[in-house]
Amino acid sequence: MREEKKQLRIALRNCGFIDPEKIEEYIARDGYQALATCLTGRTPEEVIRSIKDSGLRGRGGGGFPTGLKWELTRKSEPDKKYVVCNADEGDPGAFMDRSILEGDPHSVIEAMAICGYCIGSDEGLVYIRAEYPLAIKRLKKAIDQAREAGLLGKDIFGTGFVFDINLRYGAGAFVCGEETALIHSMEGLRGEPTFKPPFPSVSGYMGKPTNVNNVETFANVPVIINKGAEWFSKTGTEKSKGTKVFALAGKINNVGLIEVPMGTTLREVIYEIGGGIKNNKAFKAVQTGGPSGGCLTKDFLDTPIDYENLIAAGSMMGSGGMIVMDEDDCMVSIAKFYLEFTLEESCGKCTPCRIGNKRLHEILDKITKGEGTLDDIKRLKELSAVIKDTSLCGLGQSSPNPVLSTIANFEDEYLAHVKEKKCPAGQCKDLLQYVIEEDKCTGCTLCFRNCPVGAITGEKRLPHFIDQALCIKCGVCYEKCKFDAIKLV
Amino acid sequence: MQKIKSKSGLLAIREEVQSRLNQWADPDSPLQAVQIKVGMATCGIASGAGEIMKFLQEETEHQAIDAVVSQTGCLGYCYAEPTVEVILPGKKPVVFGYVNKLKAQEIIDEYIKKGELIEPVLPVNFRTIDE
Repeated sequence: MREEKKQLRIALRNCGFIDPEKIEEYIARDGYQALATCLTGRTPEEVIRSIKDSGLRGRGGGGFPTGLKWELTRKSEPDKKYVVCNADEGDPGAFMDRSILEGDPHSVIEAMAICGYCIGSDEGLVYIRAEYPLAIKRLKKAIDQAREAGLLGKDIFGTGFVFDINLRYGAGAFVCGEETALIHSMEGLRGEPTFKPPFPSVSGYMGKPTNVNNVETFANVPVIINKGAEWFSKTGTEKSKGTKVFALAGKINNVGLIEVPMGTTLREVIYEIGGGIKNNKAFKAVQTGGPSGGCLTKDFLDTPIDYENLIAAGSMMGSGGMIVMDEDDCMVSIAKFYLEFTLEESCGKCTPCRIGNKRLHEILDKITKGEGTLDDIKRLKELSAVIKDTSLCGLGQSSPNPVLSTIANFEDEYLAHVKEKKCPAGQCKDLLQYVIEEDKCTGCTLCFRNCPVGAITGEKRLPHFIDQALCIKCGVCYEKCKFDAIKLV
Repeated sequence: MQKIKSKSGLLAIREEVQSRLNQWADPDSPLQAVQIKVGMATCGIASGAGEIMKFLQEETEHQAIDAVVSQTGCLGYCYAEPTVEVILPGKKPVVFGYVNKLKAQEIIDEYIKKGELIEPVLPVNFRTIDE
């Protein structure tokens, strides 16, 4: 058992401790006290000052200072304004926001009301993907309970402050996590991004000033009010304060949801909290930032995690997906996987993203089939640069990152695919051959009987052979053989 | 729930719930009760937490154990779902992992009734905001 406690639960303070469907349990853990404090004793300017002083930055990935965003929206003139919670979590393998909404929905409701008070808004909207039925159910229940208790609605805490929250459902398009696309989707339009400026803080939902924050960002707010900006800013690094929630996944022993202070190293996360790599395999890379991020090698294991350090290392914080890869993962295939994702999720509005990513994917596909050339690697780099420079929104601007970071950190693997037509990790089927080692084969016929395409021939008790022209590389023979006679070359 | 009209009204509810929890946790209180919390986020439910929760409810009732079985969100131990936290009066919370029906029965028979720990107990590897 570990001695030192590496995690600090701020955003997840109630997750797993309270019944999310009982408002009293949230109240018992100081719930809605921050809202009461703000409404009854502090001006909106004072609250915004606290959020600014705390150093809280957007946890959805962008890292924009939250207090500044609130201030900008407050300064916008029109009478109607909106508070939007971005719960359109879409990175592969990420489930931070879902867990917060399922485990502690009131923390988000309370923070949205505080935000409404600060920016001068009476209406909050949660944009949540329809694929999160349980989170929706609990959030709805929580909103109903808050209304019943008078913590949402009219004259909250007898101060005359009015605020209510409604839900808007997303159909699960990745691009709708981008705030302008999200707003269009809420308006009933196609989920396509538009050029900024104007920023949502000036013209957002229905053309009105709109403050969009991520679920985890909101979950931090009540604690900052209750414990003070100074308490919050004691944790973290110089420019990144507080903690970050990560969904730790991949080839790691303790897959899970963790929350660590900013400045914790990747090594501490992977080896101490995560319990190291599965089956004692060697660590190869860790992917952060989802399809917009990059793969970091063991050289970066001692990098303290914060917004700036991860960008400097060639990846990004992102919303908190962290996927660990071991020696058996092929980095070209990983890049191809992320490109497939972006390709599916690109809205198609701008050409660099729609067509550029398609071309990137085709080149990667060629390389994994052993048909790539050195020129292809050069083209990947050039095309990536163009897509990054010319795409309309964050999705396109960051989509080549997995390609660029794998080329930068694992160029030898690309070269092995291109020059030697080999996949060092043994993942690219087209570059592999299953062969039977004659001296180990006992002629038991097990592989012969299990081969689905009849590619294996041989007499009983004599060595068998695989016909490479027929073999579909399903690996059944490899798994079935009891004598380790089949190897991958 | 009645309408909360002021900060003092909010604090009154907080006190009320806290004192109830304290009584449950107090081994000298006549109202003491074993608190059993089942991790019922999507991850837990997917690995069978719903069934475990139902079993714990039925079994504690059947055996007439003073217990409050409730659901909670995700504690983060995805690798060991379903997870069950047990707070015995006067004791620190203990989180059990990989709980199937057999393990749930063991938790009741060994830990709740006799106070004897059974494996696997999951490590508390985090600090809270109050530490």
